[in-house]
Amino acid sequence: MSAGQANRFGFVINPSRLIDYDTSDRKVREYITLREPSFTLCFACGGCAATCTAGQHTSFNLRRMNTYIRRGEIEPLREEVTRCMLCGKCLLVCPRGVNTRNVVSLAAEAIRKLERNEL
Amino acid sequence: MKSTQLHIMVAGGGVAGMEAAGTLAEMGYRVTLVEKGDEPGGHLLQWHALFPDRRPAEEVRSYLRKRIEHRNISIITKTTVEKIRHHISGLEVNLSGGTSEKADAVIVSTGFDLFDASRKEEYGYGIYDNVITSAELEVMFNRGRVAKADGTVPSRIGLIHCVGSRDEKVNNNHCSKVCCVTAVKQAIEIRKMLPSCEVFCFYMDMRMYGPYYEELYRESQEFYNVNFIRGKVSEASVNINNRLVIKVEDTLAGRPLKMELDIMVLMAGMEMAASGMKLAEASGMKRGINRFLETTDHHYGNNLSGIKGVFYAGTCTAPMNITDTISHARAAVAETVRYLNGR
Amino acid sequence: MKPEGKKRIWAEYQKEIPDDHFFYVRSCIRQTFFAGSEQCFLKIMRDDLGKDVFEDPRHTTCTGIGYHGDIVPFETIQTVVARHFALATEAGYKNIAISCVTSFGIYTEILETWKHFPETLERTREDLYRATGRTFEIPETISHASDIIYKFRDQIARKAKYNLVDISTGKPLKVVEHIGCHYSKMFPKSGIGGAEFPHVLVGMVEAWGGDIIDYPERRHCCGFGFRQYLVQANRGYSISASRKKFESMEPYQPDLIIGNCPGCAMFMDRWQYTIKEMDGITYGKNGQGIPVLTYEELAGLVMGYNPWELGLQYHNVQSMPLLRRMGIKADPAERFLAKDGTRLPEPANLINE
Repeated sequence: MSAGQANRFGFVINPSRLIDYDTSDRKVREYITLREPSFTLCFACGGCAATCTAGQHTSFNLRRMNTYIRRGEIEPLREEVTRCMLCGKCLLVCPRGVNTRNVVSLAAEAIRKLERNEL
Repeated sequence: MKSTQLHIMVAGGGVAGMEAAGTLAEMGYRVTLVEKGDEPGGHLLQWHALFPDRRPAEEVRSYLRKRIEHRNISIITKTTVEKIRHHISGLEVNLSGGTSEKADAVIVSTGFDLFDASRKEEYGYGIYDNVITSAELEVMFNRGRVAKADGTVPSRIGLIHCVGSRDEKVNNNHCSKVCCVTAVKQAIEIRKMLPSCEVFCFYMDMRMYGPYYEELYRESQEFYNVNFIRGKVSEASVNINNRLVIKVEDTLAGRPLKMELDIMVLMAGMEMAASGMKLAEASGMKRGINRFLETTDHHYGNNLSGIKGVFYAGTCTAPMNITDTISHARAAVAETVRYLNGR
Repeated sequence: MKPEGKKRIWAEYQKEIPDDHFFYVRSCIRQTFFAGSEQCFLKIMRDDLGKDVFEDPRHTTCTGIGYHGDIVPFETIQTVVARHFALATEAGYKNIAISCVTSFGIYTEILETWKHFPETLERTREDLYRATGRTFEIPETISHASDIIYKFRDQIARKAKYNLVDISTGKPLKVVEHIGCHYSKMFPKSGIGGAEFPHVLVGMVEAWGGDIIDYPERRHCCGFGFRQYLVQANRGYSISASRKKFESMEPYQPDLIIGNCPGCAMFMDRWQYTIKEMDGITYGKNGQGIPVLTYEELAGLVMGYNPWELGLQYHNVQSMPLLRRMGIKADPAERFLAKDGTRLPEPANLINE
């Protein structure tokens, strides 16, 4: 029974907020890392998210997205990847030289492939 | 008085004590090095390789061994310094065997104890089979094989930073400084030894303060695919397959995370050595709120005890790495010589 | 698993549990939902062990549910507890035996507060005197009733009619122990074995022949909460915490759960029904549910007490398969038969009927 659904009990079982690393799906991470090895270098400083144009007015957050990809949390990614405008500002700021723009493109690509069962 | 007629006792034969003894002997002083273990070397005796360059620990061990091979140095092992007394004629040092020696100066280099990881009860060290300390992992490296308690090869290892450090619950608010870089070094070594084994570091902050430490951190990500999760592991347990299950907040995702591990390595921190505390109590040496020996000034007097003729070297004053310990020991010698010349 | 590691921790967390002369304070939840439990405790203590356990009918709720529900202020609950102490003082008792883990946590919290902030003790003395004219002594010992059963576990084992053993296989029963959060999580020193590896229930189960399961979510809260279950819309929080535990213990196929907190026992029992209704899942062996017993009920079964006098029929998960496994003869037809022959009310939707 999903959250929000009414029933005779007047409450539902809360969905888990847990990141279960043993069941999460890291195919997207593998897809990106193989094609853009600099992805492994991110140390989550958040510079990309601070400078991001899209992030000022939407929930897009590249720093968090990278974390989700690494943990194999695919669900939150699906919408995230569509918000980036690929302007490339994040490339300028990254202190570790991650090809951030390509990471977003690859993430979007991986999600599309995932939906077509090609990953 | 000529240096050859002066006698200096060094209490503790780890890195600091060995370097201090060697430097003093080289300068012509007569030195007695007192070591509680079977041989000098301290914690370094168990260590396989050193950060940041992963050089064999044996290289530094052999340097230090050569350092104390000097006719001016006599070494007493299996013995601790119990008390330093003041007489008009100079210092008297009581040893654990009941004997005592006269000295013109004493360098205290009693070092640190590794935090007893079983005090962090929630990690189940001493209870769950595959919970080990960073020191025990080093012994595995020495043996050339990293394996689970049942002898099988691990497929996922987690290294837990800050075990016994930065933790009010175990009365240690201090940072042990060397554990972050040790974890990164060990993570790389595991990945080199077992390329199919995933490695995770669970950290609160990455404190890569020394030269080439930050570079090592980068290398671990770039070339060894070591994973870093920012969060303090709150507890460990085992599942029906006897695999460890840990709970941690992935603070960057803002969500709790659960992960199974084959081996959990606890990066045990540094605490003031129990033997040093005993000596300090008996001899009226002051200790700070972190229980390490308190120096007269932490900027420009950090080898000075405030007691005439007594000087401090190494990790009995604060956690430090080998490089800093060696420098600190040499500085203690400089202070000792300055004192002796000025008498 | 290295048992010596656990034994080392257990040795560090021992507390003084008196041998005799207890002032017993009941639990709101336990006396309502597990009425047989407290009766069983008193019977074992008085009749089987020959101890002096005193009850005062003027004892009230500690108001813990209101306190944790943000309704009763701390000053008020201190005064209520001070009144309990006054009743014990008037009756000449120095050892408090507490049935409820919430109350136990509150008594412990208040005593700690008084220790560290003596002015709060003085204020409470004044408040109590102004309100009731009573004065009190601080008790010498505070025991949870499970501490006391733990202390006498070997004596109970010696008098046991049944063991926690499956008579058809001769193997020990697999038991999940669940400790109420307020037993030792706030003050580890106040609980036997501390907070990470509590020994209080483990000691009983092992003394009576069972095997303890150490499963990943052993330390997880049952989800009872206070402001959580009190508000209907928030109960999803409570039930999801219990479900997390059930799923974690499921691979071990436990024979039963033993709890020392009345709230935990109630919710871990009742939520099994709710989860069955919501998700269609019943946990435990053969999908028969996992019986949740209080330590008094388990002690009673071991001592050979009649399961229906203990009140096991009023649990949502019924215990017949467990009783059969232990070799306890009990007629299910007599479950709801009162001693005078009248029928007791029968709850609906029992699991494993």
